[in-house]
Amino acid sequence: MMKELIIAGFGGQGVMLMGQVLAGAGMFEGKEVSWLPSYGPEMRGGTANCHVIVSEERIGSPFVSSPDVVVAMNLPSMDKFAPQLKEGGLLIINSSLIDTEPERKDIRVIKIPANELAAEVGSDRAANMVALGAIIEKVKIVEVDSIIESLKENLPERHHKLIPLNEEALKRGMEAARD
Amino acid sequence: MADKILMKGNEAIAEAGIKAGCRFFFGYPITPQNELPAYMARRLPMEDGVFLQAESEVAAINMVYGAAGAGARVMTSSSSPGISLKQEGISYMAGSELPGVIVNIIRGGPGLGGIQPAQSDYLQATKGGGHGDYRLLVLAPQSVQEAVDLTMEAFDLADKYRNPVMILGDGMIGQMMEPVEFPGETSPEELPKKEWATVGNEGRKANIINSLSLQAEKLEELNLRLQKKYKQMQEEEVRVETTKTEDAEYVIVAFGSMARIALSAVERAREEGIKVGLIRPISLFPYPEQVVGKVAEQAKFMLTVEMNCGQMLEDVRLAVNGRCPVYFYGRTGGVVPTSQEIYEKLMELVRGEK
Amino acid sequence: MKVVAKRPRALMDKPTHYCPGCTHGITHRLVAEVIDEMDIREKTIGVAPVGCAVLAYEYFDCDFQQAAHGRAPAVATGIKRVLPENFVFTYQGDGDLASIGTAEIVHAAMRGENITTIFINNAIYGMTGGQMAPTTMIGQKTTTSPYGRDSKSAGEPIRVVEMLSTFSRAAYLARVGLFNNKEIKKAKKAIRKAFETQKAGQGFSLVELLSTCPTNWGMNPAEALDWVESNMVPYYPLGEYKTPEGGEDR
Repeated sequence: MMKELIIAGFGGQGVMLMGQVLAGAGMFEGKEVSWLPSYGPEMRGGTANCHVIVSEERIGSPFVSSPDVVVAMNLPSMDKFAPQLKEGGLLIINSSLIDTEPERKDIRVIKIPANELAAEVGSDRAANMVALGAIIEKVKIVEVDSIIESLKENLPERHHKLIPLNEEALKRGMEAARD
Repeated sequence: MADKILMKGNEAIAEAGIKAGCRFFFGYPITPQNELPAYMARRLPMEDGVFLQAESEVAAINMVYGAAGAGARVMTSSSSPGISLKQEGISYMAGSELPGVIVNIIRGGPGLGGIQPAQSDYLQATKGGGHGDYRLLVLAPQSVQEAVDLTMEAFDLADKYRNPVMILGDGMIGQMMEPVEFPGETSPEELPKKEWATVGNEGRKANIINSLSLQAEKLEELNLRLQKKYKQMQEEEVRVETTKTEDAEYVIVAFGSMARIALSAVERAREEGIKVGLIRPISLFPYPEQVVGKVAEQAKFMLTVEMNCGQMLEDVRLAVNGRCPVYFYGRTGGVVPTSQEIYEKLMELVRGEK
Repeated sequence: MKVVAKRPRALMDKPTHYCPGCTHGITHRLVAEVIDEMDIREKTIGVAPVGCAVLAYEYFDCDFQQAAHGRAPAVATGIKRVLPENFVFTYQGDGDLASIGTAEIVHAAMRGENITTIFINNAIYGMTGGQMAPTTMIGQKTTTSPYGRDSKSAGEPIRVVEMLSTFSRAAYLARVGLFNNKEIKKAKKAIRKAFETQKAGQGFSLVELLSTCPTNWGMNPAEALDWVESNMVPYYPLGEYKTPEGGEDR
């Protein structure tokens, strides 16, 4: 089993952290993982994305060119990465910020109002965790406990008080993806 | 699994330097290696070490020269345009026989180029780079873990040969995160003393760190001594990994991150019954020419895959020496070839053979 | 029999390659005497430049590193950061320090790098055969300013000590001239102060020595000394520009 993901959004939406937490969770479970960010000036104010691979086998290219999963946290990200999805791949759309339909009909699509759900649990900055919840619910690559473990590792100590909120956001994302 | 940590390549290389007993780092900002000096700036003060952001790459490499001459394990890092600026100092280090570790996280060129991953500094790294007849020992990791292992080894090799060693990565190796573990730790106090270093000539003749010889015969002597070192490297330091080459009719040659992408193409072709193998040079100088040459005896062709316009290709052709055709596939400017592209190129060539 | 003069311990017993009338020999001796008097020879590491003093490591009896053109302050920085208890000095000419190595000297001074720089300003490139230096005087003829240095195209001579005086961590900056015995004595005092500044860990120190190049100036040694006094000193005023205690003495 190998799952290749592209997670993309505005700089500041926490897409890099989302990818790191996911990769970290895979590592805790003894899986092979890689995380490759976009980098350079395009990051500032533009779109940011990261390529994440979680696998039972050795990972070849860390560069994801035809993903199994694309998470689009904003419209430019959907426009850019939805066309790269594998046939039958999964597109997770942040419907809080994207109100257009993807053009492709050969993919699976789920819409998650990530910002609204995050706001309901206390902070719309946790939209990334809502989306992450949707990923693990739909793709089943790592357990939710591993995500929480990884979140502790990835968040600086001073932000650990936010972990319950993030946990709640994760669960809301999982529920939303289940419906 | 507990002792593995998820780390960015750039940061892992930096930590590997510290674990190898390096306490001195001189650098200058350039993308995509900025996390490396930033990590050193954070970590070295904790180890009573020195991080200094130099006024330029030119100054940085000369600080490396001074610190190496004073007997310390020392490191610098940069990316392609910055490495070009460092070539003067690297040539002086080679000529003065100073150890040191230089990391090049390659970006696309020429000129200011771009910031995406590339392998277009292969020739610069392996054929000397600066002026004069010298070589660096060049190691090319394909993963973050290997970057750690090779960086730690690089310091030992630099000291063993009194020669600069280059870690040749690319934007992918530098930027990606993978789980790593550190195989151990050396403290600077445990390292053997360098009798040749300039530390003050108490009770002995003065030590001179120098690459100037105005007498032609003296300079020739230095050059012959350097050549002897390079020959010894060729005998003792070749590092190469072969995968499924035993029965291979077709062989891909690729290094660094390109090799792991190529391996996916090899595995896919194998699933379809095509007998393909992979040679991955890990030391780019000394080059594993014997392994490449030997495999060429049984191969119908070799395909060199690089993120450039065909640089290692020259070394593959020299090593193959006419035993089989050598083809090339590459993308450049920061475009990363996909395993699909490599697979298609391979199959096109295989069909041509039949 | 009383010894009235002898070779400083910090100098090798070796004839130099310097031209007749050149003041490099005097400066080597002054630096060596200071090293002897402070008893720091075995703790001193020199950095040689590219230029006439490229072979300085053959004349000083202490550990030495030879640097690339202009990079001596960077090399010295590397050494000093590894060996903060040792004495590190660079010996650089005007092309090396004020042209190709401008960035390195400015930044070493800015950082207050605890090293000492001996800066030979003789208004010309010596080793390469008399080309225009950044410190060449207006109107001065060299092989690359055959009609005299013209400020319209070649700018005005760089006053290094004044330029570096703006840095708070440049602790000791002085300019001296080697054109008569009195001034040579002052030069030695300045060099001593520079090394004492380093010893006290007070930061960067530099002594600029107005020097001669009779060969490339096309003068005899006596004329060259006069030329320093009459042409260089008015443009390059002598004195201590910065001292660790503060204040100036000019």
